[in-house]
Amino acid sequence: MVTAATVKAPPGKEGAVPFLQIRRVVKQFDEVFAVDDVSLDIQQGEIFALLGSSGCGKSTLLRMLAGFEVPTSGQIMLAGKDIVSLAPYERPINMMFQSYALFPHLSVWDNIAFGLRRDAMPKPELQARVEQMLELVQLKAYAKRKPHQLSGGQQQRVALARSLAKRPQLLLLDEPLGALDAKLRERTQLELVDIIEQVGVTCVMVTHDQEEAMVMATRIGVMSEGKILQIGRPSDIYETPNCRFVADFIGSVNLFKGTVDIDEADHVVINSPECLHYVSHGITGTAGMTVHVAVRPEKMTIQPERPQDDERESPEQVGFNIAQGVIKDLAYLGSLTTYHVQLDGAATVVKVTHTNAARHDASQLTWGDRVYVWWCGSDVVVLTG
Amino acid sequence: MTTAVKPVSFLHDKLTGAWGKNAVIGVPLTFLLIFFLLPFLVVFKISVSEMDNVVFKDLFVWADGVLQLRLKLGNYLFIALDDLYFQTYLSSLRFAAVTTLVCLVIAYPFAYFMARSPADKRPALLMLVMLPFWTSFLLRVYAWKMLLADSGVFNNVAMAMGLLSEPVKMMNTPFSLVLGMVYTYVPFMILPLYANLVKMDLSLLEAALDLGATPWQAFWRITVPLSKSGIIAGSMLVFIPCVGEFVIPELLGGPQTLMIGRVLWDEFFSNNDWPMAATVAVVMVLLIIVPLALFNKYQAESTAGGRA
Repeated sequence: MVTAATVKAPPGKEGAVPFLQIRRVVKQFDEVFAVDDVSLDIQQGEIFALLGSSGCGKSTLLRMLAGFEVPTSGQIMLAGKDIVSLAPYERPINMMFQSYALFPHLSVWDNIAFGLRRDAMPKPELQARVEQMLELVQLKAYAKRKPHQLSGGQQQRVALARSLAKRPQLLLLDEPLGALDAKLRERTQLELVDIIEQVGVTCVMVTHDQEEAMVMATRIGVMSEGKILQIGRPSDIYETPNCRFVADFIGSVNLFKGTVDIDEADHVVINSPECLHYVSHGITGTAGMTVHVAVRPEKMTIQPERPQDDERESPEQVGFNIAQGVIKDLAYLGSLTTYHVQLDGAATVVKVTHTNAARHDASQLTWGDRVYVWWCGSDVVVLTG
Repeated sequence: MTTAVKPVSFLHDKLTGAWGKNAVIGVPLTFLLIFFLLPFLVVFKISVSEMDNVVFKDLFVWADGVLQLRLKLGNYLFIALDDLYFQTYLSSLRFAAVTTLVCLVIAYPFAYFMARSPADKRPALLMLVMLPFWTSFLLRVYAWKMLLADSGVFNNVAMAMGLLSEPVKMMNTPFSLVLGMVYTYVPFMILPLYANLVKMDLSLLEAALDLGATPWQAFWRITVPLSKSGIIAGSMLVFIPCVGEFVIPELLGGPQTLMIGRVLWDEFFSNNDWPMAATVAVVMVLLIIVPLALFNKYQAESTAGGRA
């Protein structure tokens, strides 16, 4: 059964009382529901990513965790205690801001010490803690610099050190790598996860970048229009999206609209204008129902000749999950090539990616070539939503 | 890249070149030379001149093949040794300092809430700050005379309400003087403070709260230090004209308040002693300029290598 993806707790934490519980939280700005009845459990030690496009309510949710916004209704429980009524400065939660929000008039050292000084930490302890943080983010040599004398990557590390200095129970990251350029971002993603895991802090991050979420997070919650559509591990979200929005938002996907012809417990046949689909698992649905068949571009095979019957996944699939068409466009991306194939007898253009494993592919496909596109019934997801 | 970058305009081209830079700096520099430095030199010359009845003697005298430079420093000595001048300078600085402080205390919250008010209301609030400039400065100061006099509006109303049995003397006291100066100069404090505060990145305050600072701590640790340049600019705009202020002490201060502006007036127009008046003026300029220059130097050093 591929239904709404089952929400899995991270490995080894099954059955534990959730560390952070968000219970039916609503945030209304005038007439608009920025966050609309969101419930969410996050376990200790998790890195949870709220993923969505701008305006989906993910930042509002994060700001409610930090205390900068008060929920219109609902509860937020941290370690069993409702924190909704606590002011930001009373919460054991620290945040790394999108633009870092480093204090421009204070040195790196004083920025990191800022939170500790508010707690009136004794001086020797404070010094040791700041040193430790500087070491953690490898900025010992820069302690006396002012923020504007640092590069973007260094500023990001100061912001991280500052938000970790008080040893918060919960760390919030608002678009943690949004201000860095692409090359630096890739390296920093893993570095950041390393540091967070070293410290062992539970972490909620907000991002619009699916790659960032997939690289860094143990679990992802996909948000749209104030609601969480799906929660799951990165692979769950990618391989078994529970609705068209999630399938389309994470990676790219080919969608075929069709009606259910045969609905058996172990397989389903769906009729779409492009081809007949054989799905080798049951669905929650009935014959005659309109559904969408989702196939990822990398799960499709493209070749000039019709595949041999014994190449297919199972004998029942011969004649199914195959379409013919003409290459309309191709994008050579080095490691792989993306083909846009105009299918015969339909307006549909499918995207097929082909890994360029060999340096010189003998069967170089090019514009205008007639090709077969086919895929396996087990790689298909049927979306009813 | 093969496409040449097209200059935006001839003017832009000129202004960004070396010629343009010199012109941009040169215009205000020339203005200051002609309208500040030259008059100051004239005043300085008068201050060291000897009087021959009603005309100044020449500083350079050519006699018997000897060129003599005759500087009369007597006025400077007199100012340095006479306690009255010293007291007057001190009193002027004190009144200016008190006025600046009161202006700051009034203007800071005002500018703060203006900067934090909804963006669409700010222009109207700004307009209100500048509204007093629409009437003559003299009229407004005169109006205070009517309000503060022994039989003025305040005393009359208070007595009619039974709050006072006899009028309180407010006119011609240090109180009325400072009140007048604060009233006149407070917009000059508000405007630079507002310009500074409105630009502040509010996420810095959120970061401070997030790190455990109460709103009050966040204000003192983040907002105030970051508005330092606004505080300094506003304070100078108030302090400097206040030191030499003449009209307000004359109208509201009464005869016993010592302000250097009035001494200046007396020397010029009552005593007709131009060299003495010029000396008073030169010393006043030095009193203000020397600490300012030192301060500027310190500021430049502390921001050297800073923001590009």
